[in-house]
Amino acid sequence: MKSKLLAIAGVAAVSAAALTGCAPGDGGDSASSECTNKIVNADATQVSVWAWYPAFEQVVDLFNESHDDVQICWTNAGQGNDEYTKFSTAIEAGSGAPDVIMLEAEVLSSFSIRDALVDLSEYGAADVEADYTAGAWKDVSSGDAVYAIPVDGGPMGMLYRQDILDQYGIAAPTTWDEFAAAAQALKDAGAPGVLADFPTNGRAYNQALFAQAGSVPFEYDNANPTEIGIEVNDEGSKKVLAYWNDLVEKGLVATDDAFTADYNTKLVDGSYAIYVAAAWGPGYLGGLSDADSDAVWRAAPVPQWDAANPVQINWGGSTFAVTSQAKDKEAAAVVAKEVFGTEEAWKLGIEEAALFPLWKPILESDYFRDLEYPFFGGQQINKDVFLEAAAGYEGFTFSPFQNYAYDQLTEQLFAMVQGEKGSDQALDDLQASLEKYAGEQGFTLK
Amino acid sequence: MSIDTTAAAPPRPAATSAASEPRPKRRGSRLERRRQRWGWLFVTPFLVVFAAFLVFPLFYAFGMSLFTSTLATGTQFTGIANYVKAFTDPLFLEGLLRVGAYAIVMIPAQLLVALVAALVLDSLTSWLSKLSRLLIFAPYAIPVVIGALMWSFLYSPRFGPSSTLFDFVGLDAPNFLAPDSIFGSLVNIVTWQWSGYYMVVIFAALRSIDPSIYEAARIDGANGFQTATRIKIPMISSSMVMVITFALIGTLQFFTEPVVLRNIAQGAIDAAYTPNMYAYSLAFSYSQFNYASTIAFALGILVFAGSYLFLFLTRKQSGLK
Repeated sequence: MKSKLLAIAGVAAVSAAALTGCAPGDGGDSASSECTNKIVNADATQVSVWAWYPAFEQVVDLFNESHDDVQICWTNAGQGNDEYTKFSTAIEAGSGAPDVIMLEAEVLSSFSIRDALVDLSEYGAADVEADYTAGAWKDVSSGDAVYAIPVDGGPMGMLYRQDILDQYGIAAPTTWDEFAAAAQALKDAGAPGVLADFPTNGRAYNQALFAQAGSVPFEYDNANPTEIGIEVNDEGSKKVLAYWNDLVEKGLVATDDAFTADYNTKLVDGSYAIYVAAAWGPGYLGGLSDADSDAVWRAAPVPQWDAANPVQINWGGSTFAVTSQAKDKEAAAVVAKEVFGTEEAWKLGIEEAALFPLWKPILESDYFRDLEYPFFGGQQINKDVFLEAAAGYEGFTFSPFQNYAYDQLTEQLFAMVQGEKGSDQALDDLQASLEKYAGEQGFTLK
Repeated sequence: MSIDTTAAAPPRPAATSAASEPRPKRRGSRLERRRQRWGWLFVTPFLVVFAAFLVFPLFYAFGMSLFTSTLATGTQFTGIANYVKAFTDPLFLEGLLRVGAYAIVMIPAQLLVALVAALVLDSLTSWLSKLSRLLIFAPYAIPVVIGALMWSFLYSPRFGPSSTLFDFVGLDAPNFLAPDSIFGSLVNIVTWQWSGYYMVVIFAALRSIDPSIYEAARIDGANGFQTATRIKIPMISSSMVMVITFALIGTLQFFTEPVVLRNIAQGAIDAAYTPNMYAYSLAFSYSQFNYASTIAFALGILVFAGSYLFLFLTRKQSGLK
């Protein structure tokens, strides 16, 4: 029994050891045997990469075949938080991290503050800066430092079920007022589903909705890493949350958790008529089973607060960063800059993985603009919706403890939809908890 | 646990035999010392593994818990400051209260199911009893994560059978994943999974009772119920103590089931739902390895104290006195 007790007490340390023990890309040359892909030039410098893009193997092959001096050794170390957990443990352990890692833009600050990422401005990031929009570049840089190379983005639009809206004689809403009216009309007509879902665990999605009304939750610059500005209870956020709380209280939208099996089914079986989504949303929908075979999907711009002054928002998107554990940082930077730096690679990314490119040569190409999507009945969704959304995006600053901030947001939103507190109170409580946490973590509040 | 009991068993006869023999003046003859050398040789492989994977990590974790590292200011030695923080941390204390509540509900539930099943199976002798024994034990053979995933589908309002069943009688299905009902849902999973295991432990203890005692009871006019409550249960009290200790430790470390259900009920199960989950999220979501070690260690101390107290209070029943 004692042994069992002791085991639990040491749980953090033991599991830390176990995790680093099986982390791939650990010891230089031996890494080649752990690659998911084939190495073309065995003599070249190998760079280990963690990424979870769909159809990424073909992109890796393309890179390896076209590079004589550098080869990618790719591993899928899990999606999102699964990968970050492994990376975080490897940072703490001091070894076990890959050379190049796929990270969402929102977690870059969380890792750069732990000195886990290499400042790429010393490795020729400026050479490729012109290939990206200012908003995309702002997401990966902090002051003069550049912590990653952008890959794909998540400009937001509204995906909707044309057949359901037609059935109840509702026009696709263009403003949030029309959106609320449509939700009411759908309920009054006795539809079996609701207009949309308001997931309390939407995390970046909820934050994007706030940002559309002018919320700037964090002010943070790596040049001055002990100072942070927090304002999550501004007027804009309060307006947005009061709006959604009203819809929730009237029963006009669902409050299902996002990214669960239930939610995935409801997305495609007609339970929600509208899916406010990012540009990767269509790819996500296409991968779900149990889809309603008669569904007619169309895309439209995201609803606006003020139709005269549209504000574009972004949800998600990923980057390639070079870790400070990289053995050959020069070679690693080459991989980060060039793996998604060709039209061939991007055609794979767009057609096989449904990514939204941030690389301008393809983003601004006629090919991408005129691409017809069978899922949307041949609609040119990039031309109609997402290109404009991407062009209007101005970048966003995330906190260095974004995971904690999201968890707190989820808790507050859940308390709100449970009727425990009002929307203003939820945001005020969120502000208080984030300020307290920042203080505990040694930050000075601006 | 099993390692300890088996390891503890062999020395006992040796000790008693040594005590019964006239004790030699010198401490151990040369022969005995030589024998001990061989003993050490056999124990060494275990000790190496024990030290490498248990003792060392334990000290490492304790060392980590004495430092404080913040995102902005780096790491510094702070002594027991982390422990002071832990025992005044509302998230940790709420988690402790919660697992305390689980212990109060879950342990008696599991024990009752296991005891009743074992007593019934013990008095049956047909092939049905063997089959039932297997069926009751089967959930334990399913990995905990798989079991919890299975239940999460059964609880799911969309995929689970409850909405169909309640539709038959024209009622709305209850939401098993709401904040008010998640407690019962989790108790159900754990009881389903572990009762069979405890049943087997109790059943084995019942089998080791000498049948002539039952005969004597029958001659004295005891019926089946009286035999069960007056003879069987008191005679297996040491096994019961063991089962409760298992259950107590398991409940205080409650982790896997809520973690799996959190995937589909994030609102009802927060990141600090149990102390173990809190330690996990601190370490792997919020990168606070030092404070996570503190929470893990503080929990370890409490579990140790709790089980020690329990074993002390039941020393008469368990025969440890």
